[in-house]
Amino acid sequence: MKKYHKIISSVMASAMAVALFAGCGNAADNGNAQADDNAAPAENAADSSNAGAENAETGGETAATENNAGGVIKIGGVGPTTGSAAVYGLAVQNAAQLAVDEINANGGINGVQIEFKFEDDECDPEKSVNAYNTLKDWGMQMLVGSVTSGCSVAVAEKTAEDNMFQLTPSGSSVDCVKYDNAFRVCFSDPNQGMASAKYIGENAIASTVAIIYDSSDIYSSGIYEKFAAEAANQPFEIVSAEAFTADSKTDFSVQLQKAKDAGAELVFLPIYYTEASLILSQASTLGYAPIFFGCDGLDGILNVENFDTSLAEGVMLLTPFAADAEDELTKNFVAAYKEKFGDTPNQFAADAYDAVYAIKAAGEKAGITPDMDMSAICDAMKAAMPQITLDGLTGTGMTWDVSGEPNKEPKAVKITNGVYTAM
Amino acid sequence: MSFISYLINGVSLGSVYAIIALGYTMVYGIAKMLNFAHGDVIMVGGFVVFTIVSSLGLPPVLGIVAAVAICTVLGMIIERVAYKPLRNAASPLAVLITAIGVSYLLQNIALLLFGANTKSFTSIVSIPPLKLAEGKLMISGETIVTIISGIIIMVCLTLFVNRTKAGQAMLAVSEDKGAAQLMGINVNGTIALTFAIGSALAAVAGMLLCSSYPSLTPYTGAMPGIKAFVAAVFGGIGSIPGAMIGGILLGIIEILGKAYISSQMADAIVFAVLIIVLLVKPAGILGKNIQEKV
Repeated sequence: MKKYHKIISSVMASAMAVALFAGCGNAADNGNAQADDNAAPAENAADSSNAGAENAETGGETAATENNAGGVIKIGGVGPTTGSAAVYGLAVQNAAQLAVDEINANGGINGVQIEFKFEDDECDPEKSVNAYNTLKDWGMQMLVGSVTSGCSVAVAEKTAEDNMFQLTPSGSSVDCVKYDNAFRVCFSDPNQGMASAKYIGENAIASTVAIIYDSSDIYSSGIYEKFAAEAANQPFEIVSAEAFTADSKTDFSVQLQKAKDAGAELVFLPIYYTEASLILSQASTLGYAPIFFGCDGLDGILNVENFDTSLAEGVMLLTPFAADAEDELTKNFVAAYKEKFGDTPNQFAADAYDAVYAIKAAGEKAGITPDMDMSAICDAMKAAMPQITLDGLTGTGMTWDVSGEPNKEPKAVKITNGVYTAM
Repeated sequence: MSFISYLINGVSLGSVYAIIALGYTMVYGIAKMLNFAHGDVIMVGGFVVFTIVSSLGLPPVLGIVAAVAICTVLGMIIERVAYKPLRNAASPLAVLITAIGVSYLLQNIALLLFGANTKSFTSIVSIPPLKLAEGKLMISGETIVTIISGIIIMVCLTLFVNRTKAGQAMLAVSEDKGAAQLMGINVNGTIALTFAIGSALAAVAGMLLCSSYPSLTPYTGAMPGIKAFVAAVFGGIGSIPGAMIGGILLGIIEILGKAYISSQMADAIVFAVLIIVLLVKPAGILGKNIQEKV
């Protein structure tokens, strides 16, 4: 009897273990499936690399005229494809892959095909550095990533050490681009805070403002500080500023009650959409209906499964990308994304798509070739980035400073009838 | 007026902690182990209700029954597979580590099945909010249900432990496992029953937690689980009324600390109070000081 029990428990233990590994297996399969999309051009490129090697040595210009000459350019991506920020990581992975496929179909960068590989960092800075190292072992020459600020800052330390070109689509904290090898596509946090304060002030949206922010998060507190500083120059008054932390982010009754008691007409939410969805529903329970205004972190709130989107009606957010925009580029991108991944792209996807095209533009300007090592590519790209102008999804006529910051117009959208509408 | 409103919110949050803490405290009292996976059973309960009520559109009652049933079975399976074989292991740490392992296993399985996207939970409570003082004071239906369920569960558990044979067996096992076995008590059965009840409570806590704070992710149960563990220690681990009092006090301290001291320091205040209470009363508010006799 005893033996029988032992067998049962070991069988069940192994079943649980298998279940665990099944998860890993699936994730790996997905990764492979995506890598397979690219495998064909990569192999072609490898086959012809012997023939093209001499050409490649003569310089990028010659290589540009011949398709698939001289190997591939390896671009790596890092971001959370599992965990609490997986929405962002998956969007970046998908959109970057889409951009890479498009570029490859149109002849690549300087005629060289791109190979793209994405590693998961679970939104954990330590795992992000591990993912970066894995990609370096794979032979990555340029990095698109990481997706979130904390991870981007951690990885930036490594890329600066290695002199690897880094372009983060969405790492918005100041330190993400503190080294000269790092650039970003999105606005920095302070810029978002300042732009939000200006937007509210200049459009006279409200005269009394309350803020609810996450003091344990660099993104949220970064925006908050700049917003509060800029508010002094604007014709509105901050009547309450309350924080929450990562460990107590379910109950917002106190923060909302204080905003309500202070008579705030507008509540500024420089936070992510998960907490914002809770704030919206708790405000409605409380019978409090101010204007809610947020930054790019609120993007995704309409995609929260089963969320009552009527709660988000009238919410305003500063975001560089609205999927229902009417321009040709956005329409094509949204259609291609929907067809391939069955989902409407968010602004992280748009940032990543622009990031890959910025790399293409700068890479062509710099005349990079696959045989250059990462440090040489980085030096060339650093010099080329401030010279390019990109008409992307997140802004037309985007340019970059030497400091790594993008220059583009801030856009705001308002949620009406469950969709973003440009304001 | 806002003070009363804060107080009610505190009691509501505290009642959820209390129901979770009841499960923690029962398992600790009887099996003498910290079931760190308890918080994740809450999450499983939440997902079962979400799947049945929100995805399949079936009536909430069915969701409640299914969640309680599934969590009960899950709790017993976890106990049987991951804890029981280690009950007599040389180090009590072994079972603590498997508990942490089970916690991550449940989180990752949920991540695999449901994805990381936040899901908005449809409240299973359909009682309209209570408006007092001309609408200045709103008590939501969820708050009322949570507080009432907390009290009912506590009373039922106390009666069960003190008045039934199975409950008496639990008390005996918690006092001395070896002696209880010699007296003919089925120790394994009793511990399995404890896990079953604890997990059923976790399912109820999951539903109430998600109804009051309608966001559901695979990590939903983790932090409330830890807070409830604190509440259980606060009230005196192993004591059923202690868990209830500990949970409610913790909720009130958290909310009032947030409201009147600093919203950034809410957790620091909670834990500082815990340290002070434990310094004054090491066994917790209602804990018994049992002296080890050599």
